[in-house]
Amino acid sequence: MDFKGLLAIVMAAVLVNNYVLSQFLGICPFLGVSKKLDQATGMSIAVIFVMVLATAVTYPIQYFLLNPNNIAYLQTIVFILVIAALVQLVEIVLKKYIPALHASLGVYLPLITTNCAVLGVCISNVDSYMSGGGFGASFVQALFNAFGSGLGFLLAMVLFAGVRSKVEKANPPECFKGMPITLISAAIVSVSFMGFAGLVDNLLG
Amino acid sequence: MKNNKLAILTNGIIKENPILVLILGTCPFLAVTTQASNAIGMGAAVTFVLLCSNVMISLLRNVISDKVRIPCYIVVIASFVTLVQMVVKAYFSALDTALGLYLPLIVVNCIILGRAEMFANKNGVLDSALDAIGMGVGYLLAMLIMASIREIFGAGTWFGMKIPVLADNNISIMTMAPGGFAVFGLLIAVVNKVSHGKAIKKKDFGCEGCPSAASCGQRGCERVQKEANA
Repeated sequence: MDFKGLLAIVMAAVLVNNYVLSQFLGICPFLGVSKKLDQATGMSIAVIFVMVLATAVTYPIQYFLLNPNNIAYLQTIVFILVIAALVQLVEIVLKKYIPALHASLGVYLPLITTNCAVLGVCISNVDSYMSGGGFGASFVQALFNAFGSGLGFLLAMVLFAGVRSKVEKANPPECFKGMPITLISAAIVSVSFMGFAGLVDNLLG
Repeated sequence: MKNNKLAILTNGIIKENPILVLILGTCPFLAVTTQASNAIGMGAAVTFVLLCSNVMISLLRNVISDKVRIPCYIVVIASFVTLVQMVVKAYFSALDTALGLYLPLIVVNCIILGRAEMFANKNGVLDSALDAIGMGVGYLLAMLIMASIREIFGAGTWFGMKIPVLADNNISIMTMAPGGFAVFGLLIAVVNKVSHGKAIKKKDFGCEGCPSAASCGQRGCERVQKEANA
């Protein structure tokens, strides 16, 4: 796989098919944790980390274990259990060996287990890269897609944390306070991401 | 006693509507509500999984040890989701393509895990089943309302039927991502207006049980504060 192709995958995942703003995955943390910039950044870095790790583990499982044995229908159960176990394991390892990192990311790790973006990226990697080429090339593509998706999540969270800090100070009508005005500002941020449509094809295609 | 059962059933439809009041399970809600028929399919799938998992967990509630309950719930829910996936793939292939990724993602839908933790592991089988039906129907109705608004204005159709004037003057952004966020925001605003702000306070309910509570966008969430301070 050449560099240009990998760059295209990352760009597409970050800007064009942004997980939060155009595919509606990981909306809960997007609305919940985006109030403060430092929390938003911490959460997003943990998400990038878990996404890449989860893909690195689930993709080979699907390729070498589920597909050859004709049990691909167990995908959902296997993936969710593997991700849940993996996140627990990472938390234990971080707590024991890298306490500084655990202090900053540890809070977010348990929440990520049920983040639909993580399971989503694992399943969509299997769906889109499994058919083409051998294991090596497709595995690298899947990893880069996972990294790009996580980066897109970070971008959306950080941008939205900025927008939200302004919105919090505004004074909307009573019934719009809280969630409704947040959702409407998310709609406006999402409009701006529509401008990236076709970017990758024109730039690197 | 009879009134009590009825209250459990209607609770999920109006007072604690999972989408419009508790704001749980937003991802599929925003993503698949571009067509009314998809909303019905997704709502039915969620209701089925919710009903089966609530009944199963209620039956097993004395057997499962408290420490390993969450993994057990996830396995039960994932099994039923796999069942739904197989049925949809076999008999409704159009729905399968329309729902795509969001069908397996029912596993991580916080409504289902939330109801298992909050209701099914404390109540009997019949009550859990009624609660599941109520919540499922509430979810389905909210999805249908949202999808109808987006499809009628965005595509000028409803369940595929053309609507005379709107079909020629459709606002296509309504069916795209920004339309989803905006219509959802407006719907919650309407609910707040009608209930005079009482609905917002109700959100506190959803938190305790939902394992992703702290990552959810709910106001009453103390867990995130506690864990952040700890």
